Amino acid sequence: MSVLEIRDLHVTVGEGDDAKEILRGVDLTVRSGETHAIMGPNGSGKSTLAYSIAGHPKYTITGGTVTLDGEDVLAMTVDERARAGLFLAMQYPVEVPGVSVSNFLRTAATAVKGEAPKLRTWVKDVKTEMAGLEMDPTFAERNVNEGFSGGEKKRHEILQMRLLKPRIAILDETDSGLDVDALRIVSEGVNRTRAEGDVGVLLITHYTRILRYIKPDFVHVFVAGRIVEEGGPELADKLESEGYAAYVKDSNEVASAEKAAAEVASA
Amino acid sequence: MSAENTTTTLAGELFAPGVGAQAGPPTTPAAGTGSAGQATPGSHSHGGPARTGSPAERLTSTDPDAFGVPTGREETWRFTPMKRVRVLLDGAPSDAHPSWDADLPDGAELSRVEADDPMLKGLPEPVDRLAALTRQRADGATVVRVAAEAQLDRPVTLGFSGAAGDDVVWGQLVVEVGAFAQATIVLDHTGLARYSGGVAVLVGDGAQVTLVSVQDWAPGAVHGGQYDTVVGRDATFKQVVVTLGGDLVRLVSNVQYSGPGGSADLYGVYFADETQHQEHRLWVDHAVPHCRSNVLYKGALQGEDARTVWIGDVRIRPAAVGTETYELNRNLVLTDGARADSVPNLEIETGEIVGAGHASATGRFDDEQLFYLCSRGIDAETARRLVVRGFFADVVQHIGLPELQDRLMGTIEARLGALPGLEEQPVEVPA
Repeated sequence: MSVLEIRDLHVTVGEGDDAKEILRGVDLTVRSGETHAIMGPNGSGKSTLAYSIAGHPKYTITGGTVTLDGEDVLAMTVDERARAGLFLAMQYPVEVPGVSVSNFLRTAATAVKGEAPKLRTWVKDVKTEMAGLEMDPTFAERNVNEGFSGGEKKRHEILQMRLLKPRIAILDETDSGLDVDALRIVSEGVNRTRAEGDVGVLLITHYTRILRYIKPDFVHVFVAGRIVEEGGPELADKLESEGYAAYVKDSNEVASAEKAAAEVASA
Repeated sequence: MSAENTTTTLAGELFAPGVGAQAGPPTTPAAGTGSAGQATPGSHSHGGPARTGSPAERLTSTDPDAFGVPTGREETWRFTPMKRVRVLLDGAPSDAHPSWDADLPDGAELSRVEADDPMLKGLPEPVDRLAALTRQRADGATVVRVAAEAQLDRPVTLGFSGAAGDDVVWGQLVVEVGAFAQATIVLDHTGLARYSGGVAVLVGDGAQVTLVSVQDWAPGAVHGGQYDTVVGRDATFKQVVVTLGGDLVRLVSNVQYSGPGGSADLYGVYFADETQHQEHRLWVDHAVPHCRSNVLYKGALQGEDARTVWIGDVRIRPAAVGTETYELNRNLVLTDGARADSVPNLEIETGEIVGAGHASATGRFDDEQLFYLCSRGIDAETARRLVVRGFFADVVQHIGLPELQDRLMGTIEARLGALPGLEEQPVEVPA
């Protein structure tokens, strides 16, 4: 049983006078066995939340706390956070030339588990999980994310989640850019992980489409750097029919936050 | 330089009749020159700033005096530390020629030809004074012949281990691969030497040839070399240059095509520390239709005054319709004070091509790569090692000889171990 607690989290990007506040007091609790969906318009700070929890150096925490089972996540290095049980499936996974997928996965598993996995069971596990995600076995010999299609990159992210077995998994727009088949395959992978173990899932998405495959227990509407409404799955249905208009109208703050975030995204 | 010099002939006339002579790179200021810690975006110098319609032809000659004595201000020498290359340029003629330790599979023959052998007259000509001196003083050539249609069951390996003599070792090697043969040739340079060597590779029509040149010299070695390849009709040529050792290594690699349908992949890796200057100059001359070339060179530098130079010249002449070419140079600066020069030049004289492009970047570790690896629990030191190892493996894996690849990656990893930041904590990267 794990719990990720985010309290009054404030995050800026940029230095000195150019610093822009992107997160403006985020409160969120994710427990094992729960699936939370964070939904919001572009530039609302959803991805900043994900990267801040994972420890990306571009973001500066200016206030608030993040704890995992009481441990101070913000005091940990990026790799320590992963070893503590946090996992971030990235929206734009990075190419690492010359490093094969199999070498990468084994190195990561060794780091997270604290010892090298037994070769025989490991090879079998990788094969099984790759088959589950309908990935060709030759995939393991390719360089990490190099020349991968959008769908292959996302499957590779979910493959890592399956093998590293995190306590809390954050999926940052894993659904974006996927065709229906890939969306189904990726969603099934997430659902298997939820069904098998005590994992908490924080699903960040712009669209409601993925929520037809992955059923959230909680839905949070994220606008201008904070959560503005919370509810159950019915809130996603409301967003699907009405969009975000009700949350973003007449807000200058929103416009400036979106602009700032857009600048960050394009930087 | 005088193009009127009567001893000057143009290699293009010999191998691509009727398509014009070899041309030199534009003598415009270097673009895309990056130095330590400074990321340089891809630079563009298509044809130079002022197109005159007729770029300067490149001087080639077997007569050293046709080039004059370089001062270091010449385009071809301006990146080279002249003091350190003088041991070769001012080197006396000697009887020292490389004694190749050869491993020859069936189908490959090793022989020696005299200086007056007609074969030598047909080779692409030297492009600078050092190469011309080398041709003259090599006193003939060592020749590797692979019979037409031969399929070698293992690579031809020629090892040259320098014995620390003061004399400059002058050498000329000719690799002649018959039509439709498949061959891999490995030149393995080790030990301590002052060596100036010419290498000519004649790839027969439809042949598939890989030439690997490993510069695994001991500290103090000085190596100058000109590599010329003539790619036959529908032939495939792959060159992999790996420069790790030595004090100064300056290699010029030229490629030309003698018929349509030829393909050339030029790969290179280099790794310079504070005592080293490593210079790789490439020149791909597309003068016949429907050929392709692809250049990928990657280098890393560590230590103050580590210095690398990469010049990538590609010319697509008017006759070379249907050309496809791309060149890429990446430099990874591991410590302060190192300097990597990277100068791609692409000159396009016909619009009817499949594609042409180049890119060059010099910078430090990619923070996004490190973040990605660390976010999977991998500690920062192991992540850096993986990234650098991968940076090199990306090119080394093109050699296609696992044993040699393992040896080279082992050497590279040992060198990385000397990085202070990487030494702090011992790490194990599972294979």
